[in-house]
Amino acid sequence: MSLLPAILTGLALGSMYGLLALGFHVTYAVSGTVNFSQGSSMTLGAVAGYFFLVLWGWSAAFGIPAVLLICALYGLMIERFAVRPFVARGSDNWLMATVAVGIIVDNLMLFVFGKEPRAFPSSLAVKPIQIVEGAGVYPLQLVIPVVGLLLAAGLHVFTRYTRHGVGMLAVVQNPGAAKLMGIDVSRIIAASYAVSAVLAGIAALLIAPLFNVASDMGTLFGIKAFAAAIIGGLGSAWGVMLAGLCLGLIEVFATTYFGSVYTQIITFASVIVILVVMPHGLLGRAGVKKV
Amino acid sequence: MGQNWTAIDIGQSVSRKTTLRLLAATAVALLTMHGAQAADPIKIGLVAALSGQSARSGEAITRGATIAIEEINAKGGVLGRPLELVRRDDESNPAKGVIATRELIQREKVTALIGGLDTPVALAIVPFANNVKVPFVIPWAAGTKITQNGAPENYVFRVSAMDDEVDRAILAYAQKHFKAKKPGLILVNNPWGESNEHGFKEAMKVANVEPAGIEKFEGNDVDIVPQLSRLKQAGADSLFLVGNVGPGAQVVKSLDRMSWMPPIVSHWGVAGGRFTELAGPSAKNVIFVQTYSFFGDLSPVGKKVLAALQKKYPDIKGPADITPAVGVANAYDTVMVIAAAIEKAGKTDGPAVRDGFYAIEKVEGLIKTYNKPFTKTKHDALSQEDYIWTRFEGDHIVPVAK
Repeated sequence: MSLLPAILTGLALGSMYGLLALGFHVTYAVSGTVNFSQGSSMTLGAVAGYFFLVLWGWSAAFGIPAVLLICALYGLMIERFAVRPFVARGSDNWLMATVAVGIIVDNLMLFVFGKEPRAFPSSLAVKPIQIVEGAGVYPLQLVIPVVGLLLAAGLHVFTRYTRHGVGMLAVVQNPGAAKLMGIDVSRIIAASYAVSAVLAGIAALLIAPLFNVASDMGTLFGIKAFAAAIIGGLGSAWGVMLAGLCLGLIEVFATTYFGSVYTQIITFASVIVILVVMPHGLLGRAGVKKV
Repeated sequence: MGQNWTAIDIGQSVSRKTTLRLLAATAVALLTMHGAQAADPIKIGLVAALSGQSARSGEAITRGATIAIEEINAKGGVLGRPLELVRRDDESNPAKGVIATRELIQREKVTALIGGLDTPVALAIVPFANNVKVPFVIPWAAGTKITQNGAPENYVFRVSAMDDEVDRAILAYAQKHFKAKKPGLILVNNPWGESNEHGFKEAMKVANVEPAGIEKFEGNDVDIVPQLSRLKQAGADSLFLVGNVGPGAQVVKSLDRMSWMPPIVSHWGVAGGRFTELAGPSAKNVIFVQTYSFFGDLSPVGKKVLAALQKKYPDIKGPADITPAVGVANAYDTVMVIAAAIEKAGKTDGPAVRDGFYAIEKVEGLIKTYNKPFTKTKHDALSQEDYIWTRFEGDHIVPVAK
């Protein structure tokens, strides 16, 4: 594969990781916690999407908001039952609790959906566009990076320039003081979990037509997205998106130039190397803890 | 006996009363069972995935075996005794498969065991079956090492395809029909892919063919364009595919995006499930190996079995509803072969039945008429001449020219 097709394929793949990884960033930036079952949130979104849009044939105008609403509710539940009780006690057990919720959700999806993968057709993934010979991409593959970058930009603008966003930053810096200033800290944290799950839902709806819907589709994606979130620096939306793209490019270049036998080895070795050289990720900043 | 109950002192505990009642019930049950001893059935165990991803295949095996057993029983059974199928679910899990096998052999005292949908499960059961000397016949799993297990006393037989044989057949088919000179291998990255990589390498060495390359993909890969591009660049004139439905579909979709359509010859992984739904219209370009199809002109045995299936299972309206057909056909023939072996042995103890397999002269099966199917060195009843080539037409698997 020549250079340009490899870059296109890598960017399309990487933006999928980035999109899902933004979900890790959102909650971390506000509360210092993440939902480790982000991959399962994606599965949930894809399965809900399959039922609403494919099986029951709802229109997109109705079906897509319904999927995102379900994801948002799920995010709120995760925060309320798997994170808040532990954080309130000053314990780190939310780590295990969110992983456990993910496993439960995966198994529930197995019951609801069955083990057989199903197709999720989309008009944006039927006819490939031939940008260069032998490197056709579906229009959807070009939509994903655009959506990812827009969302990253949106999050950036939101946290810097809006009242609520600044409120969020205040919560990050000093929850106690923020509370005294009249900011509803627990509501902001709950909202960040809802947003995180909605991002997973968006990722699911965009990725499912390129892939299939399957009860275990989110697992590997979740891990790679987490790697992207860490490489990018959990605190930076731009960094996370950028890292997702890098990860996609590394993967495709490794396969193209060394062969698929080495893909995973090279990809994850690169993750380690990047973190050794840049311990706070590509755009992350060292957290300063004042005592 | 009822008189005795009243004799029990009222003051005695209820629990004792209950115990006595239970004992009496057991005695009655035992007596009735003894009465039925005359036509004591010969039990055949079945260990396969009856739940989870492979449940449909497990059901197909059950159906094929059931039809064969009912046919045999209608004719008076084997050695004057009816056959009975005892099923256990292995959930595609090797450890669970071994536990189920132990239970079937030690508690249910099965005479022979059918099982092995997944190669890893079959491989886990092999040493146990050889140890306890109970014939173990495989109706599905294709791993070469299952029957070629190196045990001095081998109790494992197979009525199904075998990886090494399939790999040779795929190469021969591609050479004959597509003039393939430089095939590219695209294999799933797991032990099954590994087994076939080995098989293909052997087959190509013998045929003096150099592959364009060997590429692997993960079960969850979204994009297989990079791997396929490497093969294309290396000058592959055909593709040999080993993978299940989901990833197999990703291969076809990636080829679509590259607008590259080389001939694809595949192992039977793509046959399960909804390949056309997942892979789109190009799914029909994939030619894959099967052992049987209920489409087209059927042999007398084929017509008989199809009629029996339609009668017993209302959801089967025609050949298209028998999916996967290989599960039904292999299991039907497996039971026929086991029955013939027991008949030859004249009794049901393991070593005698094992020797019965070698003594089989002729069995009319679905896939073919088996003439002396097994010898001490050949435990596979089928070889590449028995395979058929098929492709998807919509949801149906239809045969193509041999």
